[in-house]
Amino acid sequence: MSKKTTVKPAAKAASKAAQKAASKAKSAVKAKAVVKSAKKVTTKKAGNKSDFGGLSEDLLLRMHDLMVKSRVLEERVIKIYKAGEGFFWIGGPGEEAFGVPLGMLARKGQGLEYDWMHLHYRCTPTMIALGMPMIEAVRLMMNRATDPSTGGRNFAGHYCFPQWNVAPVTSPIEVQYPLACGTAHAQKRAGHKSISIVTGGDAGTAEGDFATCLVWASRKGQELPVLITVQNNGYGISTPYEGQHGETQIADRAKAFNIRSRVIDGTNPVETYIALQEEMDYIRKTGKPSFLEVKTTRLYGHSSADGANRKTDLFDPVMEFEKKLLAAGILNETEVKKIWEIYEEEGIKAQEQARGEPSPAAESVWDHVFVNNENADWRKF
Amino acid sequence: MASVAQAIRMALHYGEKHLGVKDVFGQDVGAPLGGVFTATQGLKTAWNTPLDERGIISMAMGIAMTGDRCVAEIQFGDYIFNTIDLLKIAGNTLWCTNGQVELPMVVMTPVGAGIFGSVYHSHSFDAWASRLPGWKIVMPSNPLDAYGLMLAAIKDPNPVLYLKSKALMRHKGDELIPGEPADEKELKAMIDKPVQNSVGWKARWPDLEEYIVPIGKGKITHAGEHITVVTYSRMVHLCNEVAEKLSHEGISVEVIDLRSIYPYDWQMIKESIAKTGRVLFVNEDTEVTNFGEHLAYRTTQECFYQLMARPRVLAGKNLPGIGLSPNLEKNSVPQHHDIEVAIREVVAEVP
Repeated sequence: MSKKTTVKPAAKAASKAAQKAASKAKSAVKAKAVVKSAKKVTTKKAGNKSDFGGLSEDLLLRMHDLMVKSRVLEERVIKIYKAGEGFFWIGGPGEEAFGVPLGMLARKGQGLEYDWMHLHYRCTPTMIALGMPMIEAVRLMMNRATDPSTGGRNFAGHYCFPQWNVAPVTSPIEVQYPLACGTAHAQKRAGHKSISIVTGGDAGTAEGDFATCLVWASRKGQELPVLITVQNNGYGISTPYEGQHGETQIADRAKAFNIRSRVIDGTNPVETYIALQEEMDYIRKTGKPSFLEVKTTRLYGHSSADGANRKTDLFDPVMEFEKKLLAAGILNETEVKKIWEIYEEEGIKAQEQARGEPSPAAESVWDHVFVNNENADWRKF
Repeated sequence: MASVAQAIRMALHYGEKHLGVKDVFGQDVGAPLGGVFTATQGLKTAWNTPLDERGIISMAMGIAMTGDRCVAEIQFGDYIFNTIDLLKIAGNTLWCTNGQVELPMVVMTPVGAGIFGSVYHSHSFDAWASRLPGWKIVMPSNPLDAYGLMLAAIKDPNPVLYLKSKALMRHKGDELIPGEPADEKELKAMIDKPVQNSVGWKARWPDLEEYIVPIGKGKITHAGEHITVVTYSRMVHLCNEVAEKLSHEGISVEVIDLRSIYPYDWQMIKESIAKTGRVLFVNEDTEVTNFGEHLAYRTTQECFYQLMARPRVLAGKNLPGIGLSPNLEKNSVPQHHDIEVAIREVVAEVP
């Protein structure tokens, strides 16, 4: 199979911009400077408060920038999969309007005074917002030894960044929910007002671990500072929401545990940013959990298992937000073009770089079974 | 002498006082009960959880992820089965993260038969546990080892499964735990919660000392020349008693208390087999795909030409459960008679 790098952004507008940008690609540094200068002159509050919730133009531009970066990265790793340079893809295109604000608002750092994140495998937007360079997702996708999350051992989207309190993503769904109660317990004891954040899908709420999280986070007098979120994209692999749920809203289940809850439009970054900020403030202030059901889309289907092809009929939160910013004059076409161009270029370079990096050595299978590489091979006892 | 339950309690106290244990938790682990076997009475950091085994293991994983030390309990090993995929995840976390995320957690649970606990209070877990890579697994047979292995488990940076025999919880050893008062009545008065009028009771802990039984190190509990019997936990006592009986007939049995399932003390087994040329593996988990089978396999691979007889595994029958009636239980897991017959058979075999 060809190893030639291709550039085919799925969204039409993005495609046009990116194709032109690819042919006239300038250095990313130079392009970033353009965007930076654009940000500098737009720190005032956005003109139409009804559209942008009173968020500053600087904040809106940062959100857009990160959403584009995340989308371009996801499309890059899909291309890597389709080119035969990776074995399996799963990710979060369509969740940028929720994931990016989440990453921006989390208190990033290592240790109990910072927030803990128990993410699932659709959280590339959050990782990008936390500051993950594209190359790290590409290394994970291409199972390189240099992959910082798993050392080439696990799937796309299975991030692990202890330096930011990002817990390892697991393939079994929903186990991350009660783990968040464990970190929240330690955080509450330490008394730093830090919180644990957990994300997951709507179908996974059928698992008992989801109920475990609701029980353990809400015990009277022992409530835990957990932000429980469910990204409801309407599907569990191929089974529609209606085939799996009797409840009208998943958020209603939190009410039975006296957990504050609400449903938000996860395709609107302004709404999610404001809601996340409010809920995080509530949790830090009260030490109690909060629950957000976030309506999102799944633009490339469940995973490579169902083709990883663009669902053109679905609402695209990145392109719609971009249109709004253009219409409000917060961004102009030149800047938009530049942003997509920067990230296309970063993605291509990341792929080319990762391609040249080593695979894990076969004998490294015995590494890290036990701490400090203590012998795990029974043949050597 | 302390019982195994008291030894575990003292080890946990030592852990919370000296080794940074911040949480000891599980169903009924905290006040007022202090554990259904009383192993967590009076502990400062012990607390009760919802009746949710998956929640308990997840909580331990989350706490360990932050670097805090904890000991979680599943009330009966029989109920740990619905946490197996979490145990699997806990065991693979370090590996999957390329060495980045350590889970320094201990999970303890009572296992095995011997208390006429019927179908759901007699399960063994050692063979299942041995299929959880990334975990260390220990099974003490006496109070001193129970103490020393718990301290080793707490200090270990890896997840450790501490499988304690239900039938041994009241067993008293013949060696004092360092710091334990010699008079067992005095110990009882200090650390056992009174049955009556226990409101406001607090334990008075003896001045305990650190004592470590290294994980992966076995112990010869009965020296012998004619056959090696490799066992652990409750079966150590049965094997020792049979060895003592047979010694009067001139059959010299070497009994090895493995103490750890993984890593295990292969060098001790190997040296003993080199001496005796015969080996019997005894445990009470079900016989099909039994941990003893792994040891027997390895014996044939590495000691084949030293063997004077076929290696044998004596284990629990491959049944769906242990029946309540003593007749059923005793015909399901090895008894003195079964061990004696097996030893005699192996010893009598001529190459």
